[in-house]
Amino acid sequence: MNKQITLAMGNGGEENNELISKIFYKAFKNDILEKSEDAAVIHGGELAFSTDSFTVSPLFFPGGDIGKLAICGTCNDLAMMGAKPKYLTCSVIIEEGFSTRELEKIVRSMKKELESNGAIVVSGDTKVVPRGSVDKIFINTTGIGEIVKKGISSNNISQEDIILVSRDLGRHGATIFAAREGIELSSTLESDCASLTHQVQALIEADVKITALRDATRGGVSAVLNEWAKQSNICIEVEEESIPVSEEVYGICEMLGFEAVNLANEGAFVLAIAKEDEAKALEVLHSFENSSNAVKIANVSDAYVGKVVLLSSYGTKRFLDTPTGELLPRIC
Amino acid sequence: MCLSIPSKVVELDLERNVAIVDTMGVKREAGLELMEEGDVKIGDYVLLHIGFIMNKIDEEDAMESLKVYNEILEKLDEEDRRQMVIDDDNCENRGA
Amino acid sequence: MSGLQLKDLYDGFRNPEVIQGFAKLIEQEAKKLSRPINIMEVCGGHTHSIMKFGLPQLLPDNINFIHGPGCPVCIMPKERIDHAYILAEQEDTILVTLGDMIKVPGSRGSLQDARAKGADVRFIYSPLDALKIAEENPEKKIIFFAIGFETTTPMTTALIDIVLKRKIKNIFFHINHVTVPEVMVELIDSRDEHVDSYNNRIDAFLGPSHVSVITGSKIYEKFPKEYNRPVVVAGFEPVDVMEAILMIVKQFTENRCELEIEYKRLVTHDGNLKAQALIENYFEKASLFKWRGLGNVPESGYKLRPQFADIDAERIYADLLPREEIEDHKLCICGDILRGMAKPDECTIFGTACKPQTPLGSCMVSSEGACAAYYKYGNLLK
Repeated sequence: MNKQITLAMGNGGEENNELISKIFYKAFKNDILEKSEDAAVIHGGELAFSTDSFTVSPLFFPGGDIGKLAICGTCNDLAMMGAKPKYLTCSVIIEEGFSTRELEKIVRSMKKELESNGAIVVSGDTKVVPRGSVDKIFINTTGIGEIVKKGISSNNISQEDIILVSRDLGRHGATIFAAREGIELSSTLESDCASLTHQVQALIEADVKITALRDATRGGVSAVLNEWAKQSNICIEVEEESIPVSEEVYGICEMLGFEAVNLANEGAFVLAIAKEDEAKALEVLHSFENSSNAVKIANVSDAYVGKVVLLSSYGTKRFLDTPTGELLPRIC
Repeated sequence: MCLSIPSKVVELDLERNVAIVDTMGVKREAGLELMEEGDVKIGDYVLLHIGFIMNKIDEEDAMESLKVYNEILEKLDEEDRRQMVIDDDNCENRGA
Repeated sequence: MSGLQLKDLYDGFRNPEVIQGFAKLIEQEAKKLSRPINIMEVCGGHTHSIMKFGLPQLLPDNINFIHGPGCPVCIMPKERIDHAYILAEQEDTILVTLGDMIKVPGSRGSLQDARAKGADVRFIYSPLDALKIAEENPEKKIIFFAIGFETTTPMTTALIDIVLKRKIKNIFFHINHVTVPEVMVELIDSRDEHVDSYNNRIDAFLGPSHVSVITGSKIYEKFPKEYNRPVVVAGFEPVDVMEAILMIVKQFTENRCELEIEYKRLVTHDGNLKAQALIENYFEKASLFKWRGLGNVPESGYKLRPQFADIDAERIYADLLPREEIEDHKLCICGDILRGMAKPDECTIFGTACKPQTPLGSCMVSSEGACAAYYKYGNLLK
């Protein structure tokens, strides 16, 4: 491992995983942590517990802001374990000189999103640091949720399962890139930032046999599928043609040389469900506006255990690996 | 090489010597420094590379290529059908 | 002109049925070949396309690819990366370059490492972005580390043109542009020297897509004429590559040796004359340029003409920039891979000590390099 921390180590991909396992897991060793789920399952399987920090730039982007993201992010992690988000903490580190009006806007966003999730903030912390010590504002939220459906785990996926995604991919990552200074693009693309609690509850209530859920944040769907393949010791075979990508995301990917499956989402999740529940699950998801184009994308096999394979529609195949490196536009 | 992509010209700003190009809903400014004056018009399809228009796409040649590809597919389909008929004729299980 | 939609220009050349159609036609035609043929794709974009779309899985056994040195990031010698590193470390300096370049390690580390240590290194999407950075930082020197083949060279000269016309005083250039035909000649000559088996020759070239848009196909005329190697200039979409392969195979079965253009919608014989004039105005050929893994290739690199010394960072900082060549890792066989004499998976450190995150040789550093493409896409090749 490098002597110095590099940006790539925060990318949600391979270098990130290496950093986490070689430094953090090594020191904090315990069974719950090593399960590497979206949220920790504690207290005899009754509660889910998760934390996340938010450093997005720009703070306000089409489709959301850092506040909305901070609430969605943690609530979604809890929802991915079949839990109802209940109590959150909110810690902020603010740069000296930051606009109070902007801070109010961010906090209003957070309030709105909390209401949508049926959760409340019960504890928090605020720090202000000298100019230059952080980039405007960093937020951490930690959440506890009540597990409604037990047993959801990324370690139990089998050949009886199929893989679905809840909507078209890459919106958040593409939007952030387009909105960033230095890459002067304009588009009507919006982040997919949204809370997923209600969709998950609806799937649970409809009695869909859910094996695993994970929201596809940093590292995109690629990262999730690779984590699942390794954690459950399976091969995930993806039909390349079935991967849903909107035209605008496609356009940005072409322009900057990205693959949509590697881009972050903040309102899309991947599901591993029992084969026979495909129609039922899709019916439930299609009834929600932000999962109206949910679709099956992959089967599970034992062809190349621990790997994800992309099957093209003209008869070729290749591995889809965990993304590595900083997400830089390719040039030539 | 790699990241040269087809785009459509939607606006021209000749004072600043740039065009606004559209790639499936994503708009970007592109420099006109590599094109002769008056060469690029709104509605043209162009090749975009690292912020510049590199060349115009010859629409006739593009459509010609696509037409040829369709003909290839039709010809192959036709051959497949003829082969199926032959296989059928040669099929021993066919009743007399 | 009605009828053609932008989407057609993407989908039409990625149509899975057409790809399969060409695969069939190539199979039929290749049966008539008297011996296997080796096609070198010169350009990294082609290597990437070929590997990403799994095209070798669709071709018969008697058609092989030899991956060329087609990636200007990959062939950047370590000592020149060190130049960039040193320039980035200078006071009040912002080093800007195009994306992939910041990941490549020199002997001191990569530009990313320099940035982690506090240097102001920024990747830009277009040379024009340097103008904005220069405007926002008038007290700093902006050094543009320019890389790329003939595709990217005119864009650098367009920036130079603007800098000089607008009398912008804080932008400087370190030029590392390289050219394709000279290295193609070098590859043919050096392989023919090293190779005893007829089976390892480069039999034909898949000509680069976008280099050719700028230069025109005229730069390849000598290959069929003097070297007896057919060249087909191809687009980089999978349908383009498959069509071009069919055209090459047909040249062999019909006993022809010609320069042909598959990429008709963008490539002409003469190319973009305005771009060529800009290059001619500002640049001249350096007598030698070292290609990492291959050694010095004559007349294959550009430098600023002497009258532009004032903006030439290589001249201005000459006493800080090292001249000694730096060797690659002992076990690195990139030279053989770039000449097409070995495949990436034949390298003893491929995938182990040498991977995209820790590249030891030129072919692994950029996602366009043969080893990087193999690492990412090649594991399922037959």
